[in-house]
Amino acid sequence: MSNDHDDGHDHHHEHEHGSELSEMQLRVRALETILTEKGYVDPTALDSIIETYETKVGPHIGAQVVARAWVDADFKAALLADASKAIAQLGLQQKVGDHLIAVENTPTTHNMIVCTLCSCYPWDLLGLPPAWYKSAPYRARTVKEPRKVLADFGVTLPDAAKVRVWDSTAETRFIVLPMRPAATEGWSEEQLASLVTRDSMIGTGFPKAASEVAA
Amino acid sequence: MNGVHDMGGMDGFGKVAPDPHEVPFHADWQARSFALNRVMGSAGEWNIDVGRYWIETLPPAVYLSSSYYKKWFLRLERLCLDRGLVSKAELASGHSSGPGRPLRRKPLSGPRAGAAVSRPNHDQPPRAPAVFAVGQKVRTRNIHPRSHTRLPRFARGHVGTIERIQGCHTYPDAMVEKGIERGEWLYTVVFDGRELWGPDAEDGATVSIEAFEPYLEAA
Repeated sequence: MSNDHDDGHDHHHEHEHGSELSEMQLRVRALETILTEKGYVDPTALDSIIETYETKVGPHIGAQVVARAWVDADFKAALLADASKAIAQLGLQQKVGDHLIAVENTPTTHNMIVCTLCSCYPWDLLGLPPAWYKSAPYRARTVKEPRKVLADFGVTLPDAAKVRVWDSTAETRFIVLPMRPAATEGWSEEQLASLVTRDSMIGTGFPKAASEVAA
Repeated sequence: MNGVHDMGGMDGFGKVAPDPHEVPFHADWQARSFALNRVMGSAGEWNIDVGRYWIETLPPAVYLSSSYYKKWFLRLERLCLDRGLVSKAELASGHSSGPGRPLRRKPLSGPRAGAAVSRPNHDQPPRAPAVFAVGQKVRTRNIHPRSHTRLPRFARGHVGTIERIQGCHTYPDAMVEKGIERGEWLYTVVFDGRELWGPDAEDGATVSIEAFEPYLEAA
């Protein structure tokens, strides 16, 4: 049960065990064929779903939400009160799921999101979770040693910040509202959104610094 | 069930390995497996809780050594067999030997299916007022059901504080064990790290879980 054999690291798998790949290709193809022949599955629906998650849904949606919260205090208040409702009113194209909760980072509180039991993640705002989010080390360690997990991302918190870990054990879904970077006064929402990283919305990273993007 | 899926607090898995060159799917079969699960999951033959249970009941060694989308595939294959949607002979031959049976709901179909994928709402009508109030101390029950539960082991038998009341949601335990769609109040319960991990906790850390009312008793 090394890392390579856990969630998502199949690019390693392919090199090490070519036979598993072909076995899985065959088995998935067989099941798809049977389910299609029986009329349960429409292959064009499969193509559409894959295309949606490969090209349309992703962290750029969450980044727009964060940028809006940074410039609009009323929206931020609404987001923290009921994130599903506030985001739906933004009119982004993507359908927003229910029971979505935004949690705010402050100089004294740093939030981190995990799902110890499976892989719960706010797909509608961030797309599919990265492999590390679904991996055994992240799921096992975040609730016990969050600062050590952050160190694996090269992230060090100020001593004043206390870590709050949210384990997604039900159908509520969490997104972190990171702190707005310094020296971004007067920036447009679009410029601000370019600072918002996926990891900053999970709590395993910070937004980029103003100096890292061309203003 | 006290399965290997319930990983919170386990040691020995090594470092977290972020991948800067990440892609959604590492092979075509992973993408197909993902989409097949989404389509068949929309047919009303099982819900999200039942789907999770059929991953949790994979043998532990299989669970730990299979990639994420392989687990999704194995879950789907097992559920399709269990629900009589496919037969072992069909899986062996790779072809259907007869027409399908009616599904409870029409699954996602068509070239716009991707836009229709969304998280379902889990609200249920309350059967009684919420027992616990924000700010109240509660103790999580020391329970070890053999069936599905969303109370992780690391958080059993510990005292925490009700921080939020999230509404009344479908209770996963009853859904999987009894096939009953029943509402229970859902709370965010926050624990001090020391309560969970004793002297091995990191300074100042707190951890919350989303806990259904049957998981809790007054402290």
